[in-house]
Amino acid sequence: MKTFQGRPVVPGTAKAEALVSRSGFNTLASFQKSLMSGDKNAVCSDQNNSAMYGQAMFGKALCMPQTIGSTTGGMVLYCAAALGQQPACLLFSGPIDSLAAAGAILSDVWTEVSMPTVDNLGDDFLDYVKTGMIVNVSETGLVTVEE
Amino acid sequence: MQLAKEQQAILDGSQGETMAKVMKTLVMYGDTFGADHMVPVTSQKGHLVTSFGLSVMKPVYSLMQQLIDGGAVSKQPFSVDPRPIDKHVPANPLQNLFFKVMYSKQSDYEKQLTTLGLMSPDAFTCTCYMDEIGNIPAKGDVLSWAESSAVVYANSVLGARSNRNSGIIELFGSIVGFVPYFGLLTDSGRLATWIIEVRTSQKPPAQLLGSAIGMKVMEEVPYIRGLDKFLGSELGDDAKAYLKDMGAATASNGAVGLYHVEGLTPEAVDSGADLIVSSAKTYIIDDAELERVKKNYPCIWKNPDARPKLCFIGCPHLSQKQLHDWTTALEKELQAFGRKTVAVPTVFTAAPQVKKAFEQTDDYKRLSAMKVILSDICPLMYMNNPQCRNMPVITNSNKLRTYTTARYQTDDEILQILSKGAKLI
Repeated sequence: MKTFQGRPVVPGTAKAEALVSRSGFNTLASFQKSLMSGDKNAVCSDQNNSAMYGQAMFGKALCMPQTIGSTTGGMVLYCAAALGQQPACLLFSGPIDSLAAAGAILSDVWTEVSMPTVDNLGDDFLDYVKTGMIVNVSETGLVTVEE
Repeated sequence: MQLAKEQQAILDGSQGETMAKVMKTLVMYGDTFGADHMVPVTSQKGHLVTSFGLSVMKPVYSLMQQLIDGGAVSKQPFSVDPRPIDKHVPANPLQNLFFKVMYSKQSDYEKQLTTLGLMSPDAFTCTCYMDEIGNIPAKGDVLSWAESSAVVYANSVLGARSNRNSGIIELFGSIVGFVPYFGLLTDSGRLATWIIEVRTSQKPPAQLLGSAIGMKVMEEVPYIRGLDKFLGSELGDDAKAYLKDMGAATASNGAVGLYHVEGLTPEAVDSGADLIVSSAKTYIIDDAELERVKKNYPCIWKNPDARPKLCFIGCPHLSQKQLHDWTTALEKELQAFGRKTVAVPTVFTAAPQVKKAFEQTDDYKRLSAMKVILSDICPLMYMNNPQCRNMPVITNSNKLRTYTTARYQTDDEILQILSKGAKLI
């Protein structure tokens, strides 16, 4: 077990299984198919992300360096949250990018869904966490990863 | 963040609950990035990314209705990304049925956009900055834009200032008339942290070069050396079209919101190497590196050897000059192989106003004679149709490749495929 202190962008608590992308997470490419088909498991459809492609994202702790791609990204995250397909939390090793921040904030202000978002967890976090590990997120941005 | 009196009043509810929520969203957005104040949006027009009335995106339309009902409409007219449907683009009955169901909210959503501030009924394109459309920000203008390819173009080629705003956030900035001051709006946020040395033997394909840069630098700012050798030192039609396509690939394959091209883009011309931070990293791009990048693109066609059934050219939308150039190149290539029409159904996409202007030219007749369809559709929205997703589609767009099952080919490869009888290169 290891803990990492980050900055809560949208504070909240969560406990979930980690789903890890060590490359940039393309929000539109990842959620596109599940939003179109109404897939509640939100299976990742980003062909360029071999670590996540085909994996269910709903209820998972998404761990990544940052998001990339289309500027629909924030709106896509907001839609996923409003439609109940959202990840349990968003965890970033580095500073959050503008599209992910928009998605987290829009979901917080305009929906009833809780999707805690923490950034600046450090490169060590992304080196340590692996898909399938259990992640606990506290209000203060403290993230505990259990093997 | 320190708010001006007027901004604080909106946050406190002086203009109603909806406007207060819009302001709260922008304040949280700014606080996240350490903005200490907001600045006025100075461009005459905005640009939105969400153009499609997708039936499953109900939360977006109900939020738009909340805005309208709360009197929270845009203070500036705006353009928006391309429409998702065009009956002239080939589709079988099943695909058409899916389009009808998928985009059943299109008409309702366009009515919402009109109420919110759409600049004209045909202001649907990702290339709003072209002369024919007329949403061209001035150098130094502060924008509240989204659409990754338009933002990177406005920042890099026009010297305007916009963050890579998300859909909805960009509209919020146009509604309140202010945006939080951070990132690409600031001088320090526009400094280059990467030096890209282009050392290819010939002019690199724009969307392949952009892809390589985007994948490497992600959201950082690159300063590109060695491109002026191929593009010259004037921002003419050819250079602008090249930078449009290159930028779109940097923004979709990575998250680039601004690049500088030595000797060519406005801030690089003004400040040169002063734009580069001392700790900048270097990435050398030569022929072998481009080949490596291209070879690593996954092909997720069910049958990788399938013959393409459709070809899309124009993501982002083509300029008039590009339409003329493609017409000439295609005609020459078809003639060389003794063909009169393209071997694969082909769609060229451009803004409605560009399309209209091109349709008045002789080249349009030549293009039509080769059976190429000219459309103002968004190819990405077409490919979203599950019935189209399974079709082998080729494109010269690295943006379309990134978001769909379409397969990337360079311009030269596309010309050969369209002329030689549809065999993949």
